[in-house]
Amino acid sequence: MAEYQHIFTRAQVRFPMHDGVPLPADNEPRLGKPVFSYWLGRLGDAQVGPIYLGWYGLASIICAFVAIEIIGLNMWASVGWDPIEFVRQLPWLALEPPPVEYGLSLPPLNEGGWWLMAGFFLTASILLWWMRMYTRARALGMGTHVAWAFMAAIWLYLVLGFIRPIAMGSWSEAVPFGIFPHLDWTAAFSIRYGNLFYNPFHMLSIAFLYGSVLFFAMHGGTVMATARYGSEREIEQAWDRGTAYERSGLFWRWTMGFCANAESIHRWAWWFAVLVPITGGIGILLTGTVVDNWYLWGLKHGIVPPYPETGVVDPAAMPMQGGNP
Amino acid sequence: MKIAAWFTGVVLFGLTLFMLFTAGWERPPVDTEQSGYRGTGMEEVINPRTEADLRSTQVAPEATPLPPDAGPRAGDVYQNVQVLGDLSVVRFTRLMQAITEWVSPEEGCAYCHNLQNLAEDSVYTKMVSRTMLQMTQNINSEWDDHVQQTGVTCYTCHRGKNVPEYAWFNSDPDASAVDGMVGWRNGQNRASPSVGLSSLPEDPFTPYIDGNQSIRVIGDTALPDGAPGETIQNTEWTYGLMIHMSEALGVNCTYCHNSRSFSVWNQSTPQRAVSWYGLEMARAVNNEYVSPLSSVLPPHRLGPTGEGQKVNCTTCHQGVNKPLYGAAMAEAYPSLLGPGASMQGSRNAAVIPETPTEPAERVQVAKGSSPQTADDQAAVPARESTLQ
Repeated sequence: MAEYQHIFTRAQVRFPMHDGVPLPADNEPRLGKPVFSYWLGRLGDAQVGPIYLGWYGLASIICAFVAIEIIGLNMWASVGWDPIEFVRQLPWLALEPPPVEYGLSLPPLNEGGWWLMAGFFLTASILLWWMRMYTRARALGMGTHVAWAFMAAIWLYLVLGFIRPIAMGSWSEAVPFGIFPHLDWTAAFSIRYGNLFYNPFHMLSIAFLYGSVLFFAMHGGTVMATARYGSEREIEQAWDRGTAYERSGLFWRWTMGFCANAESIHRWAWWFAVLVPITGGIGILLTGTVVDNWYLWGLKHGIVPPYPETGVVDPAAMPMQGGNP
Repeated sequence: MKIAAWFTGVVLFGLTLFMLFTAGWERPPVDTEQSGYRGTGMEEVINPRTEADLRSTQVAPEATPLPPDAGPRAGDVYQNVQVLGDLSVVRFTRLMQAITEWVSPEEGCAYCHNLQNLAEDSVYTKMVSRTMLQMTQNINSEWDDHVQQTGVTCYTCHRGKNVPEYAWFNSDPDASAVDGMVGWRNGQNRASPSVGLSSLPEDPFTPYIDGNQSIRVIGDTALPDGAPGETIQNTEWTYGLMIHMSEALGVNCTYCHNSRSFSVWNQSTPQRAVSWYGLEMARAVNNEYVSPLSSVLPPHRLGPTGEGQKVNCTTCHQGVNKPLYGAAMAEAYPSLLGPGASMQGSRNAAVIPETPTEPAERVQVAKGSSPQTADDQAAVPARESTLQ
């Protein structure tokens, strides 16, 4: 009984090592001799490697290295090259975008120029990595679903750091590169535009996020619960009566009258996951460009419930009574 | 392999403990008090375990009994009494003793006076004290939108120290780019105590309560109105100022704001209007009284921009929503409530005879109503009696 309730993978396939299917003729060779790792085998497949680097991978890693160097050295410089302060304050440090004066022009290096450069290399790295995911999927004869899901995340990233700043006419609208600073930026963004929670696309994004979590838990739970009947090894649809998948379908029909099947559950999961950044990106792109205050917008369109007014009046709108000149 | 796993586990466990017990967090349970419409999360959070300690640090010293304002005037008996000359000698001496206790309990009179000639203006601290007395009178008489009928005394800020413990210097404008070529951080991204250890801009005081930059950043129309709106970077500066206010008063955002809309006034609490006057007051105090003193301060009292320290919310509040938990210290020192005797002559002539009755009036007002909103200020007669 307890055998089925492990938190780690139970099965470890050890031999023979597998290099993978033959690659197309114009591909680089895969690199490295595969090894087995017991501990990685507890989490996933025990075989590590070989890896395929290729030109896209190599270029992507070089660009990522350049971007991280620029960000890291700027962070280090901002604490006067003190290594202890660098480690101590790392979560607070950041490379900031240019101030608003520079608009979309090229600012001096130390007033946002480094930020632009880091952004360029980071974006190049991410797009090259996307190319790699796409071409590797094609080389294996797979569909490109993973690459397009990744593209959904890239869309949100590009909206935040590239598309929306251009629409607003200033790089200063973009996100700083730093751990706490990008979170502070997020909070400031919501405050500036009158509470992002009243943005319907933000609502959709959250619904898809939580929906993804729910689907993930339902699917993972269902598969593990029927693992004792070999569900994780079933490759055919559950039209054979009495299989593990038939059982899990029955379970959901019992509990909620309807069930996904082995294919559709992954379709649901993919769309829910992909729609999180797609709707989120639309919401961000509309903010400041099309809507300036989501609270007031929500009030206008009946989204905001009207709570009792407190009767407090803006003192700046009243004739000054005090001694202020 | 097993040892490595154990080792990793122990290290992670240790780091978790380190984080839990060194981050300055407070353990639950805490008391909450609802302060706004239900379901909006508007509540004050009070930690009963730290509250007692805080209260013990926020006690106003007891005043000696107020003698009648009879007898010769200080200005006639002593020389060079510019601000308090119309006070009786008895009350004048009592106030001087109180100020010594509030500001320089160790150094005594000599902290401001040349003991050979008390009238002389040779010690810079005496020049500062004179301006500070005028400032105190100004705050109590002109800014009751913020200080209400409680008022302030020297002790509100000084608390027995020569220089108030919580004050700030203008940041060095050259310091934001540390290395010339690299290190762009735009005045933020430090674990800065001035903004509650957030990474927000660490000197929100220079633009807002020294300068006159607009604190309001949130759009007031649903759709963009064509004018260039405030930037997110400016929002971060305002955010920094708000965190400072929150830390200074020991309250959270919902003490003043309904977080569903930080900007809309008719969703905010009355405290927001009081705070608004507080910001105006801090700016006026800095510009009219504190900044001009930089010229008389010695070099060791000056900051990187060549100016002295200035006030912010913490200077008076010191972690409490009402300084000294609202102890009405000032009423025991009527001469601090308004310009009783100054160089301004005729304006004050009508006020001086009323001075002795002032404390009683003030007490009545304070008990009869506790004005919360700026609207209520019209109903409070106290200021009209001192402002002619």
